[in-house]
Amino acid sequence: MPSLLIFIPLFGIVILNLPFGKAMRNAAFWFALAVFIVQIVLAITHQPIFWGNEIEQMDAFFRVNFSVDQLSFVMLLCIGLVSLTSLLVMRDTIFDINERFKFINLLMLASMGMSGIVMVTDIFTMYIFLEITAIASFILIAFEKDVYALEGAFKYMVLSALASVLILAATAILLLGAGSASFTAIADAIHRTDNNLIAVAMGLFVCGLLIKGGMVPFHGWLPDAYGAASPAVSVLLAGIVTKAAGIYTLIRALNSILGFDANIKALLLALGTISILVGAFAAIGQKDFKRMLAYSSISQTGYIVLGFGCATPLAIAGAVFHLFNHSIFKSLLFVNSAAVETRLGSTDMDRAGGLAQKMPITGFTSVIGALSAAGIPPLSGFWSKIIIVVALWQAGHTWYAATAIMASIITLAYLLAMQRKVFFGKLALGLEDIEEARLGIRAASVMLAAIIIGFGVLFPSAYAIFIAPIGEMFIK
Amino acid sequence: MTINHISIDTALLVVMMIAALWTVMGRSLLKAAIGLAVTSAIITILMFRLDSPLAAVFELSVCAGLMTVVFVSTISLTRPLAHKEIVELSRERHKRFGYLPLLLILVAVVLTFVKIRNNIAAPPAVGASIDVRQVMWNMRPLDMFGQIIIIIIGALGVVVLFEERKKDEW
Repeated sequence: MPSLLIFIPLFGIVILNLPFGKAMRNAAFWFALAVFIVQIVLAITHQPIFWGNEIEQMDAFFRVNFSVDQLSFVMLLCIGLVSLTSLLVMRDTIFDINERFKFINLLMLASMGMSGIVMVTDIFTMYIFLEITAIASFILIAFEKDVYALEGAFKYMVLSALASVLILAATAILLLGAGSASFTAIADAIHRTDNNLIAVAMGLFVCGLLIKGGMVPFHGWLPDAYGAASPAVSVLLAGIVTKAAGIYTLIRALNSILGFDANIKALLLALGTISILVGAFAAIGQKDFKRMLAYSSISQTGYIVLGFGCATPLAIAGAVFHLFNHSIFKSLLFVNSAAVETRLGSTDMDRAGGLAQKMPITGFTSVIGALSAAGIPPLSGFWSKIIIVVALWQAGHTWYAATAIMASIITLAYLLAMQRKVFFGKLALGLEDIEEARLGIRAASVMLAAIIIGFGVLFPSAYAIFIAPIGEMFIK
Repeated sequence: MTINHISIDTALLVVMMIAALWTVMGRSLLKAAIGLAVTSAIITILMFRLDSPLAAVFELSVCAGLMTVVFVSTISLTRPLAHKEIVELSRERHKRFGYLPLLLILVAVVLTFVKIRNNIAAPPAVGASIDVRQVMWNMRPLDMFGQIIIIIIGALGVVVLFEERKKDEW
């Protein structure tokens, strides 16, 4: 019944939009909350009753052909958790009931689009769900309607449209070559024929996905979009959208269609390393909290790609674990930035200082998020980074491993500088009356910090149950 | 396909590129909307020539027709910029993107000399034997359903972005 993850939110939105008055608008928040929690539970428990059965008539009518594996479960869990976090942050940053209702509609559509991306087995259907996610994201970025939000949304829209053109052109060529848009048929056609045009198509496809994923050198839109969006949208974008639309799709395309040959591995290793370094060095010079986190995201995404470039079972397990960890700790840091933004009205780090005295929960959880991002034990971010580094070392990629370690030190440096500027030291003038963040933001930050600590402390069990099977799945 | 056919298609593609560049580089929004309509009209001719009449009709009616009407009526509601502002904006745009046509020509020339080994023969599943309506409604209903969702999101976007509201106080 995986198709219910698409149809229930959609039909729910349709019903909520029927003209039944204010009650439906109030119910929207609880409906979205329930949908995201159910998705999280289903992704963790792997309930065979849900995932193993079909709703015959509906699936036959829509010709649904979803497939869910270990990687999809991790992604569905991330989508559920980050969407839930975004919903909680929205509760404390948007107060007009009509605006809230519109936001919830768009959030659920974006979340549904991402769930579709991670369950499809057909390249054209994947494109359709990519577009659903992208268009919902443009509108969410522009939601505040100020000049920066519109500029960020416009940049994302233009580059995303370019990515869509590349992906669609590639899909057309692949359909022509394979006679079907399914992953297996295209993989078969690629391995059966020796045709440059198909290689060109795959090149276009990968470029499109790199733009969507905000990888260097296609990252120009990302800091503006993350920085200009409203707090709840920044959480969603940084936590999951670029990962589901760019990184997951890239990895799925490589695993299910192209395969990890030597050239692709070399390309991924190079792209991953460049992203790690460019993101980390660019983050150092930032004065704005959210822009710094945006550049940090580019850097952390580089680790994920580096792990996939190494392509040993251990490296892939580490990369998927880092994808999960990055979703969690980056969402947490953006929740912290939302707490600061709601209280200060700005994310300029020079205006803040000593906030941990007045906002102890935000201060504490931001330390957890920052240390996990920098790879400090025993937090979960440490384990995923160390797995990637060890796998690189074992595979003989010593320079890449050394670069990953050095960049981790840079990450620690800029995140500690952020902590010192924003949360520690002397309380900045004029902030004496500032209060801790509201309940929704506090709840979201505590939940994410608990996940980081929990996965770090219980690492052996988490690794054996969730992560290790993924590495084995990729290497055929 | 004969050389004559190919050269007509190539000429149409070149005209389409010129119309598209005129659309994005021009000074006036109204001219840009007309440029877009011309671009769509040329795409329509190309689609007819490539034996896709249904796609061509959609392109002509929706992109060249309906969208131009929407654009022109929206532009008529806006305040036009002063001539000086237009000239300044245009100069700035040409300074920033003036290299684009040259770059496009260069890429086209380079691609002309690149030999791509292409022995793809269209397999029967995507050949002209299947009616496009059957493909859309019977073979790929989930994709059609997805397109409907995209339209719903677009409508929601219009509601969100074009409705006046007071900025929330945090």
